[in-house]
Amino acid sequence: MKISCEEASHICNKSQYKEAGIWEILKLKLHILTCKACASFTKKNTVLTSLCDRAGLSMLSEREKEAMKKKLEKRF
Amino acid sequence: MTTLEKNIPVHELHPENWVDQYADYLFNYAIARVSDVEIAKDLVQETFFAGLKSSKNYKGDAAERTWLIAILKRKVIDHYRKINSKKGKAEVRINYSESSDIEGDWLEERVADPFSKSGDNVIENEELGMAIQECISKLPKKQSLVFNMKTIQGMSTEDICNELGINPSNLWVMVHRARAALMGCLNQNWF
Repeated sequence: MKISCEEASHICNKSQYKEAGIWEILKLKLHILTCKACASFTKKNTVLTSLCDRAGLSMLSEREKEAMKKKLEKRF
Repeated sequence: MTTLEKNIPVHELHPENWVDQYADYLFNYAIARVSDVEIAKDLVQETFFAGLKSSKNYKGDAAERTWLIAILKRKVIDHYRKINSKKGKAEVRINYSESSDIEGDWLEERVADPFSKSGDNVIENEELGMAIQECISKLPKKQSLVFNMKTIQGMSTEDICNELGINPSNLWVMVHRARAALMGCLNQNWF
């Protein structure tokens, strides 16, 4: 059941994208009970996820950016 | 010594990096105001053109980002002026809100947040979006690419790995670095 901090942060990252299994999350929760550093990281990481959700970010695709770059470079 | 320092501009323009560094940032600003992807994209492109054209006037006292966003603001205003003038010139009243004794109801001043639903939340979320984009643009290119694909586009790990030719553990290392950097970057104001 014991996991390293590295493993804990990996599970934590995966769980931000709902890609961690139930068993993994259980291991993470156990680890957090005794590890302050990972507890703080997990908390911050979760806040970051909710901030990103709240902000409703949008972006241009790489293709759109390439097209933009080409148009701009023509005017250099 | 002091005169020498004065002559060296604090900031310089690097148009060759503009798209990579600021396109998403500017796009978020524009989309919040025009709510149309194509129009927002055009406004960003026009902003880059205008920036290039007037780069001689750049004095280096504002950061590149600030300078570009100022140009985009003008572009958004121009956009609303344009569609407003198309609507038929007989009805000029559109400049005013119903309660015309409140100050700041000129068209230009209302452009800033034309779709304001319930004030504060919308504005705060938009500020948050800009802050996040600014932090993302400071990440190394590969990290920001992976983070964006995963977080904003919501792509699966498998799809990203196939597209970029990396393996899942590479991907998670980059996601981890990006997230840790973003936490640090956003820390002062948002956590």
